[in-house]
Amino acid sequence: MSRKRGNSALELTKHGIHDIHGIHVASRRRALQALAAGACFLIARPATATPDELTAALRETFGERSITRGRVKLEIPRVAENGSVVPVTVSVDSPMTQQDYVSGIHLFAEKNHLPRILEMQLGPYNGKAVVSTRVRMATSQQLTAVAVLSDGSLWSAAADIEVVTSECGL
Amino acid sequence: MSRMGAARVRMPPSAKRGEVVEIRTLVQHPMESGFRLDNTGKEIARHIIESFDCTYNGREIFRAKLHPAVSTNPFFTFYAVASESGEFVFTWKDDQGGVATATQSLVVNT
Repeated sequence: MSRKRGNSALELTKHGIHDIHGIHVASRRRALQALAAGACFLIARPATATPDELTAALRETFGERSITRGRVKLEIPRVAENGSVVPVTVSVDSPMTQQDYVSGIHLFAEKNHLPRILEMQLGPYNGKAVVSTRVRMATSQQLTAVAVLSDGSLWSAAADIEVVTSECGL
Repeated sequence: MSRMGAARVRMPPSAKRGEVVEIRTLVQHPMESGFRLDNTGKEIARHIIESFDCTYNGREIFRAKLHPAVSTNPFFTFYAVASESGEFVFTWKDDQGGVATATQSLVVNT
């Protein structure tokens, strides 16, 4: 009985598709959907960063300077059984002379809670621009290495990694 | 104050002038990210090494700023041009005042 009344309340104003409160039905549905999507975003956000946060971290570090793909080689395993210990080697194609050298190498993880992993400072006294370390990857994602050269130019490489398990809490 | 453990450095004891030598370093440290929870659901406080540097006869040749995404027991491999005999000093500092150091000497033959 009440269900019928509910239906008829809608039908009464059917030509306008408004409910008994005079609110446009389709608009209300869209508003509710938007609200639900927003709630999901709030819950998901603390778990992992987004590629947007990577972009923000890059901008914060390098400003509006352009970053070119190339000259950097990023070696990581394609699949990591344990995301807590992922070996990484970054090599930059540079003569490492007083005039032309790599002054910095930065590592970023797009989906870690904090995209920044590590910043290293180098110079001509290193002889070659090759560094290795071990990092934590929260989930399957892309790792990005950016090299800063002595002339101020920025070069990068990215590599995908599939992470099976990770207990690092990142 | 600190759970900063032993630091180990591996590099050749001698090299020819101009040779590029490999330096491998490892330090014991939990690198607690601050994002993990204990059994009671309480956050485990962040405790990480924030900086690592290496000097060669007093001159800085490598520096790293570490974030929580560096693995437990931070490990680094990097290189240096053997320019003169001398001492390499390695220093790790964490966010709770803990410091670890290691020194290694290199004999450079002409």
